[in-house]
Amino acid sequence: MLAYVLRRLAVAIPTLLLLIVISYILMHFAPGGPFSKDREVPAAVLANLNAKYGLDDPLWKQIWDYLYGIVVHFDFGPSFVYPDLTVNQLIAKGFPVTLTYGILSFLLAVLVGVILGVTAAIWHNSWLDYLAVGISIGAQVLPNFVMAPILLLIFTLWYRLLPGGGWSFSDPTFWIMPVIALATSYMASITRITRSSMLEVLGSNHIRTARAKGMPERRVILRHALKPAMLPVISYLGPVFVSMITGSVVIDMFFSTGGIGKSFVDSALNRDYAVMMGVTILLGTLTILFNLLVDILYVWIDPKIRY
Amino acid sequence: MALLDITDLNVSFQTNDGTVHAVNDVNLSVKPGETLGMVGESGSGKSQFSFAIMGLLARNGRATGSVRFDGQEILNAPLKTLNRIRAEKIAMIFQDPMTSLNPYMRVSDQMAEVLTLHKGMSKRDAVTESIRMLDAVHIPDARGRVRLYPHEFSGGMRQRVMIAMALLCRPQLLIADEPTTALDVTVQAQIMTLLAELQRDLGMAMILITHDLGVVASSCKQVAVMYGGRIRETGPVGPLFASPAHPYTQGLLHAIPRIDHDGDELAVIPGAPPNMTCPPAGCAFEPRCPYAREECANSRPVLEPFAEARSRACFVPLDDVLQYRLPRTPAPQHVTQGGQA
Repeated sequence: MLAYVLRRLAVAIPTLLLLIVISYILMHFAPGGPFSKDREVPAAVLANLNAKYGLDDPLWKQIWDYLYGIVVHFDFGPSFVYPDLTVNQLIAKGFPVTLTYGILSFLLAVLVGVILGVTAAIWHNSWLDYLAVGISIGAQVLPNFVMAPILLLIFTLWYRLLPGGGWSFSDPTFWIMPVIALATSYMASITRITRSSMLEVLGSNHIRTARAKGMPERRVILRHALKPAMLPVISYLGPVFVSMITGSVVIDMFFSTGGIGKSFVDSALNRDYAVMMGVTILLGTLTILFNLLVDILYVWIDPKIRY
Repeated sequence: MALLDITDLNVSFQTNDGTVHAVNDVNLSVKPGETLGMVGESGSGKSQFSFAIMGLLARNGRATGSVRFDGQEILNAPLKTLNRIRAEKIAMIFQDPMTSLNPYMRVSDQMAEVLTLHKGMSKRDAVTESIRMLDAVHIPDARGRVRLYPHEFSGGMRQRVMIAMALLCRPQLLIADEPTTALDVTVQAQIMTLLAELQRDLGMAMILITHDLGVVASSCKQVAVMYGGRIRETGPVGPLFASPAHPYTQGLLHAIPRIDHDGDELAVIPGAPPNMTCPPAGCAFEPRCPYAREECANSRPVLEPFAEARSRACFVPLDDVLQYRLPRTPAPQHVTQGGQA
């Protein structure tokens, strides 16, 4: 098992390098650049800027320098658009915010989603099932860019209960709306996956055996059915967790939370190469890590899986 | 007094295609220590019959009638009552040992929970007792293997584990639903020998559900032949096999390949079992029956005693059935046509 984890981590390094190189090349060939503005920049100025940021080097040298900076100094370079900020600083500022509301949303989505899904499956075709499915469909058709203004309208404009924007680590009232808005649609998916997988497990032969053994229904569900029913949910949760903690531009825009979700989109729009690469690498690393974590969880749940 | 008394048991399922009548008007009783064989082809309602007794029908299933175990009504009893009877008084083993054990739990945990729950044993004692039971079903190195997961056992071994688990509380009745169907022939014989041995040691009654007539012949005292959710013929195994009194029983026995007979053609019963969504008004076997006559299509025969401990549900005179030798080829054309008219 340990050997497997080490092997997977070893494979992760070339994967990440490949990701960096391909992203860099794609970015290089995209039209425009960080210094192309509406107003024409004088050629001499542009040449100087390109020279300062090394954009006049051949592509292989740019990539080499970039990789060298990351591997040797863990330095993702300066932002091309905000000259007084480095990428490390931008991420250090935005990522904790994103991480906080991302993790909270994740926990909320999993908790509510799994409970609703299991409830719906146990009382299949009863009013509880219809209620849970109804909530899930409702949450699904309310994407976060609809959910966010509705929340703002109700809790900020009408009832004046919650602050309408901004972020504070010490005041949880700032957290509530971003967390709910981000969680809803994920919660809906988790409900649906949990429900169908639980229904399938409850109809399986080994559950019938457990019932034939005279196990009380609560024990049948908690001890015999829940674990296998969670397998498809867990494989869904790995990538979901990554996308939740790497933030959402919609949340950052509506609630002015200042997370990295907005930085990522801004960087793409501004051709802020360094920020874009930095966020891409962060996302890639987290994705690889959490896929590995999901695979490890699988071993823990299903004894038939051995690596 | 009978250990299990079943009267007018009916099982039906609500499906999108209508109501499926899986089991109809079944009356049976099982005495303590006795083995009852229940035979019939796939889809004849044998399994649903056993699930109904245990209260294990699917959610859309409905059972009516009466099932009394030791004088206590258990059909549609509250789950609390059922859970005190399941495994403790009536245990069940299933057709497919590959999927009937929980693949996510160690054998020790699956077995021990039966004892901790029903007998209030400590986990440690329960595991010790489980090991003793695994020894009893002849699992080599039970102590070493009890901590394994089901997939680490072979098919035959898994069925032994299943049997050991079912017998932990020493039930008075064991319902074995096709216990050997998924296993290869040599293992089948071992499992049947084991069941007979355990049954003798524990003095328990058994309902053996199977489509394997050979298994019935060697291990049962009483037989009930089921077709289309109804019992067609019952009786002691010897006379029933020697002189089958129902055309369906005859067809079943005739379809057994025999090593001492010439000819390479395998006898079959022509046609397929009836669609139980709209059971025929007459005898369900009529469309496939070589003896079918007019009344068979219009009215339904009921189970009637005709000899010592034997009964059958058929309009065809007994002598005709007993004398007639079923043709090896499919039933003559005019019989089938007559049946449809």
